[in-house]
Amino acid sequence: MTTDMTTDMTHYSDYTTGEPVADTKAPDGPIEERWDTRRFTAKLVNPANRRKHTVIVVGTGLAGGSAGATLAEQGYHVVQFCYQDSPRRAHSIAAQGGINAAKNYRNDGDSIHRLFYDTVKGGDFRSRESNVRRLAQISVEIIDQCVAQGVPFAREYGGLLDTRSFGGVQVSRTFYARGQTGQQLLLGAYQALSRQIAAGNVELHPRTEMLDLLVIDGRARGIVARDLVTGEIRPYVADAVVLASGGYGNVFYLSTNAMNSNATAIWRAHRRGAYFANPCFTQIHPTCIPRTGDHQSKLTLMSESLRNDGRIWVPKAKGDTRPPAEIPEDERDYYLERIYPSFGNLVPRDIASRAAKNVCDEGRGVGPGGQGVYLDFADAIARLGRPAIEAKYGNLFEMYERITAENPYEVPMRIYPAVHYTMGGLWVDYDLQTTVPGLFAIGEANFSDHGANRLGASALMQGLADGYFVLPATLNDYLARHPGHDTPAADHPQITAVLAETTERLHRLVSVDGDRTADSFHRELGELMWEFCGMARTEQGLRKALDRIPQIREEFWRRIKVPGTEAEFNQSLERANRVVDYLELAELMCLDALHRAESCGGHFREESQTPDGEAARRDEEFSYAAAWEFTGTGAAPVLHREDLVFAYVHPTQRSYA
Amino acid sequence: MKLTLRIWRQHDADAPGAMSTYDVDGISPDMSFLEMLDTLNERLTVEGEEPVAFDHDCREGICGACSLVINGEAHGPERTTSCQLHMRSFRDGDTIDVEPWRAAAFPVVRDLVVDRSSFDRIIQSGGYITAPTGSAPEAHATPVPKPAADTAFEHAECIGCGACVAACPNGSAMLFTSAKVNHLNVLPQGAPERETRVLDMVAQMDAEGFGGCTLTGECATACPKGIPLTSITAMNREWLRATRKVSRT
Repeated sequence: MTTDMTTDMTHYSDYTTGEPVADTKAPDGPIEERWDTRRFTAKLVNPANRRKHTVIVVGTGLAGGSAGATLAEQGYHVVQFCYQDSPRRAHSIAAQGGINAAKNYRNDGDSIHRLFYDTVKGGDFRSRESNVRRLAQISVEIIDQCVAQGVPFAREYGGLLDTRSFGGVQVSRTFYARGQTGQQLLLGAYQALSRQIAAGNVELHPRTEMLDLLVIDGRARGIVARDLVTGEIRPYVADAVVLASGGYGNVFYLSTNAMNSNATAIWRAHRRGAYFANPCFTQIHPTCIPRTGDHQSKLTLMSESLRNDGRIWVPKAKGDTRPPAEIPEDERDYYLERIYPSFGNLVPRDIASRAAKNVCDEGRGVGPGGQGVYLDFADAIARLGRPAIEAKYGNLFEMYERITAENPYEVPMRIYPAVHYTMGGLWVDYDLQTTVPGLFAIGEANFSDHGANRLGASALMQGLADGYFVLPATLNDYLARHPGHDTPAADHPQITAVLAETTERLHRLVSVDGDRTADSFHRELGELMWEFCGMARTEQGLRKALDRIPQIREEFWRRIKVPGTEAEFNQSLERANRVVDYLELAELMCLDALHRAESCGGHFREESQTPDGEAARRDEEFSYAAAWEFTGTGAAPVLHREDLVFAYVHPTQRSYA
Repeated sequence: MKLTLRIWRQHDADAPGAMSTYDVDGISPDMSFLEMLDTLNERLTVEGEEPVAFDHDCREGICGACSLVINGEAHGPERTTSCQLHMRSFRDGDTIDVEPWRAAAFPVVRDLVVDRSSFDRIIQSGGYITAPTGSAPEAHATPVPKPAADTAFEHAECIGCGACVAACPNGSAMLFTSAKVNHLNVLPQGAPERETRVLDMVAQMDAEGFGGCTLTGECATACPKGIPLTSITAMNREWLRATRKVSRT
């Protein structure tokens, strides 16, 4: 199926190849028994001994909030951090659509195995079967747990839970709370966490940001964090560290992530020895509100459900600036319906995103800057009547109008793809432990469950599965094997060294006193990444980006301007320090994208496509997770491959024409 | 657009604050209010002045971080959050006052940033259902009538921004507290802790130094999520009921 493979990438020299990495924690045996087996073989910590163990949790989103609450319930002493003023504000709160669970309440043929199958296939066969099977198994317990906490899911008149269907699957398994499912699930976890804070089992540090990881004698033993109000930087020592700090979509500057979501926790852990897996796997969501100008600070997603009734089009002619109503029918190009006659406007996210980029690159985009396509409801309104459209999409139309000041009942919406989620993250084994013993990564911060593409309504499921159910079981095993009594002293040389290094870095940022703001660098990096490591990637483009990023990094340290000092509340410093890490992570993303000379899921290499323009996987060469080892800023990293085995779901090629 | 901004600047909780005047030019009506402040901050930074500190995060109206009093109104002239307010709501040449939330229980941290941890402590005092992980019964074991589920949702929409407190002439947190009490108390899952929840949360609210409620209704008018004023009266009923029940036992 592969065409146009002009370059052999196997001799690429900007990285070296190390020993393969293996997940040694997943038990053998039938896949449906593996989680039960692992839970049984995992050692337990005597309840009386748990309070002697301190566990650090970084982040309070769905994964971190649920993990902190559950570990504290079990009796551990939890010390938890968030950069926000309250744990309730973590960005999980912005998730709209819903959460998948294989409850089969609809009796429509759903099952744990089907959710497992859909997720592995949706991830384009780049995820780990054992992990995904466990995720599907736990999904049913999550719904029970959340209902017990008082999460107000949508219900039917009989008082039972309502579900809806979501992109790419044929069953109705998505539980939801109007368009605010993430908010409601997060508040459930936040309230459970609040109960443990009140009970004295969780020591919460809001407005405190992790700046480095403490690794002592080969084990994660704590973090260095900065109090964002006073500026105080200090170490926190523990018996294990859990990172639940979310994804790294903000590398692109413009994304649907919250403004302050950042990669510092996972990147600093990577620098201290944790492998980073599949960094190039990013998800770009097709239906977001386009940017309006250079002032744009973030992008807002519009639910993908709009594509059920909206028709996507652009003018046939380049540079056609007439208002949409003045463009006659035969001068419009309904390009998705034209290229994909059987799926039309309902092709998967990655296909719809790429097609929009292509027509805009041709100069046929609409709106300011030509970075948009129309999503037109005129036909649907004529066919179904305005009240029907209002009932289905009223709140979305209102949100669109508030942001754009255009009435989508009268003028077609303008949409454009935006970075939304990162499937890559810290490499973890079946226990969610990274390659640094005692360091765990959960939720979007790890890489394991979504492969090269995440299905809708699966992020919430994974965050809560990891935090409520998986980590609390596997962390027991680690702590039981490291019973403690060897807490490093606060003046341990390793701690002193990391503390000094961190202090030095921040001091340097405020000392450069250059002439460019952190945002200006961040924006420049984001534009570069969007162009060369965005929806479509080529060897040539990625090489350009790899040449350019070290130059931006060099310029950053020469010209950065951070007003104020490090010893006070200083939002400019917070941003600048995050950009330092983006400038390194971006390079690894491009390198990973370059080395993976195949297309899969959200990673589209133009050199690897089928004759009809679809992503062509190259399973013989790339059926592995790429786990990267850090060797120094700008130095060639080491690639460790984890071979992926598909014993239950047979890899197939997708087709939507 | 060209605008004159008068912004509250205060170095820290103990320092005196004052309004400072800034002119901004080249503002697009499509900018959000926070993007307009970004523009100002970029310029101040390059000029070597300290940028204006303000809380913000999701910028899509759901995290509840942003918290500006704009021209004397919490979140400004539209019924939404500061981040979803756009400059087209203003006219070229306008002078706009920007201040932090003003309430005894929300001390200023810096400039427009306030400390809202009092809200967290109200939730910690009882704004939850005790349901340890793993102990949950099958979700369909307890049907919840749709009206109750809808009422719970309507109150659960609160984003904890604090506009209700900022808008209230008494600095009262009744709307915030009642939203959580009603969310949980109308659900069967919340019934076992119904009385202690409302009594403890109201007691914590008072201990935090929030003012009393005189039902002026400014809170519900300012609420970007439309939590209704009846939320407060419903909580008052819950409180009275709980007081009588507890005093009987």
